Amino acid sequence: MIASVFAQVNVTSATTENGIVHVAGPSIDWLALLPLLILLVGALLTLTFSSFLKGRAPKGLFTWTTVAIAVGAAISAVPMWARVQGWNSLMWWNLDQAQTGPFSTAGGAVGIDGFSLFITVVLCIGVVLAALLADDFLRRESMSGPEFYVLLLLSAVGGVIMAMSNDLIVLFIGLETLSIAVYVLAGMNLRRVQSQESGLKYFILGAFSSAFLLYGIAMLYGATGSTNFVDIREFMASVVPIHNGLLLMGLVLVLVGLAFKISAVPFHAWSPDVYDGAPTPATAWMAAGVKAAAVAGLVRVFMLTFSNYASTWKPIMYVLAILSMVLGAALAIVQSNVKRMLAYSSISHAGFILMAIQANSGNGITAAAFYVAVYTFMVAGSFGVATIVGRKGDGNHELSDYQGLVRSNPWLAGSFILLLLAQAGVPFTAGFFAKFLAITAAADAHAVPLALVAMVSAVISAFLYLRIIVAMFMSGGDDGVEDVPRANRVRVPMAAGLAIGICVVVSVVYGLFPDLLLHNARAATPAAVQFERPATTGSTTAGG
Amino acid sequence: MTEYSDFVRQYLTVVIFAGVGIGLGAGLLGIGKIFRPTRPQEQKYLVYESGVDPVGTGWSQSQIRYYIYALLFVMFDVEAVFMFPWATQLEVYGVFGLVEMLIFVAILALGLLYAWRKKVLQWA
Repeated sequence: MIASVFAQVNVTSATTENGIVHVAGPSIDWLALLPLLILLVGALLTLTFSSFLKGRAPKGLFTWTTVAIAVGAAISAVPMWARVQGWNSLMWWNLDQAQTGPFSTAGGAVGIDGFSLFITVVLCIGVVLAALLADDFLRRESMSGPEFYVLLLLSAVGGVIMAMSNDLIVLFIGLETLSIAVYVLAGMNLRRVQSQESGLKYFILGAFSSAFLLYGIAMLYGATGSTNFVDIREFMASVVPIHNGLLLMGLVLVLVGLAFKISAVPFHAWSPDVYDGAPTPATAWMAAGVKAAAVAGLVRVFMLTFSNYASTWKPIMYVLAILSMVLGAALAIVQSNVKRMLAYSSISHAGFILMAIQANSGNGITAAAFYVAVYTFMVAGSFGVATIVGRKGDGNHELSDYQGLVRSNPWLAGSFILLLLAQAGVPFTAGFFAKFLAITAAADAHAVPLALVAMVSAVISAFLYLRIIVAMFMSGGDDGVEDVPRANRVRVPMAAGLAIGICVVVSVVYGLFPDLLLHNARAATPAAVQFERPATTGSTTAGG
Repeated sequence: MTEYSDFVRQYLTVVIFAGVGIGLGAGLLGIGKIFRPTRPQEQKYLVYESGVDPVGTGWSQSQIRYYIYALLFVMFDVEAVFMFPWATQLEVYGVFGLVEMLIFVAILALGLLYAWRKKVLQWA
């Protein structure tokens, strides 16, 4: 009886024999899921094997394991990228591919296209940077152990699931996997009360936002009859909804859930507190990875699935973008804590990304992808400097703690200046092109007022970054006392220095040669590809 | 329009059910409130602990060790919740279902292995 009920749902993949309805599993392209599997299996094995280590683990073991896993996952995405883009050869390796172009696998749950692979690689880079920053930090705060790295990898798994999702439920599972790991990361520094507070705050508010998202998904399912992006897209193309209250409500609730994760105003209130309290490498991951994954979710739901329904969601996103850009920049100025300043500036950056998304065009997707990739480097590097300057206890994040940094640590201060200028969008840095593309996309979509607001807010936030830079040039001690800044010199650990160095180099190189990344960002288009259901044995068509 | 109002009408059952539920509870408690005699005594307002006089406050801390046990219990609890419906339908899913469940159990087993190696299972 139950079997026959089930058969109605999934007729296509069921065959009947002796009264038992056999349900065949969906065919899965394992190669396509390789980045996901490497991250997941790597995280689980790291955790398991670490518990078998006798005594203390060798210094840096887990850091470099994590870096290797993330790099492996990023590399495993390259053959898929070649397949999606239809390349004939990959360096010396001649690809004789039967199928090219974007495709969908695992029963239509996962969509492999340029955009999902692009975000996957960005997330892997975020993991590498956060792991390198965490290396010395965890020893300094006596939190060493595999747990931080495992949680980092697991949250990256969630992010990759979100980026590849082709179904609202899969999107939700990805978001939860991502979030639950990050809640723990935020509260991981047990000796710091602020860290516990931030973990709890993030958890409670995050649970609320997940509930909003899930409620929205339920309504979208009620309105369209499917949770699959491609099915919804087809439904929206063929039906003109008259009673669209359910649909509107669902869209708005999904937008609330995702806007919370990218901390867009008015869903931003958690982010300064959480960014400030969380261990600084975890903050770097939150700002880089979580935001990238949430942007992927927004692009897949709104630009891919509901693109021909844009007239309803565009105004909402328009307002969110303006509020985020202006309030993020304005509130950042009145802060005196550098981590909170960076948190508010990341709200402002979220506004820029929303501006690119609301354009609802190919240029918009390119701009969003470019912005997310560049922003990962800029923000991870900036929080990397904060990790080092925070010193033991992770508490020295006031502007006054940065005084005299130029004289005590010229290289560190120089890197920070470059990263901040890149965030401000100064020409010849990667940040300039990110902002330029986002503003162009908005202007092309006839949102000229929005583009103007973006430019004004870029100027406002430039003032904020200059405030930090000026603080670094100020003398650390009384006037005339030259020894004090030298005494304040902080040791720059090798791994964190490497991470900051990568960020600085990338921010400058992509600023001088933006085509290197722009070329890939243009190819990073999401695609709605219907899963090819296996040939049916019966004459029935897909149920539902 | 008719289709939509039919859809809404189906929810009328839910509304009636909720109304009856709330009305029943509120009505019974209200009737009790009206008819029962009220003679307050200090002893009647003590915390009820199976008839024994309460010791200390109700907000005492409990051992953190119980927390870890509760967590491990939830792990197996959830495993069982998923395994029962799966077991009744195993022949429907065949090898695919078997492999899926084995992966699920293996991941949880890795968690148990970790807990065991971290000496969580010892009452120390």
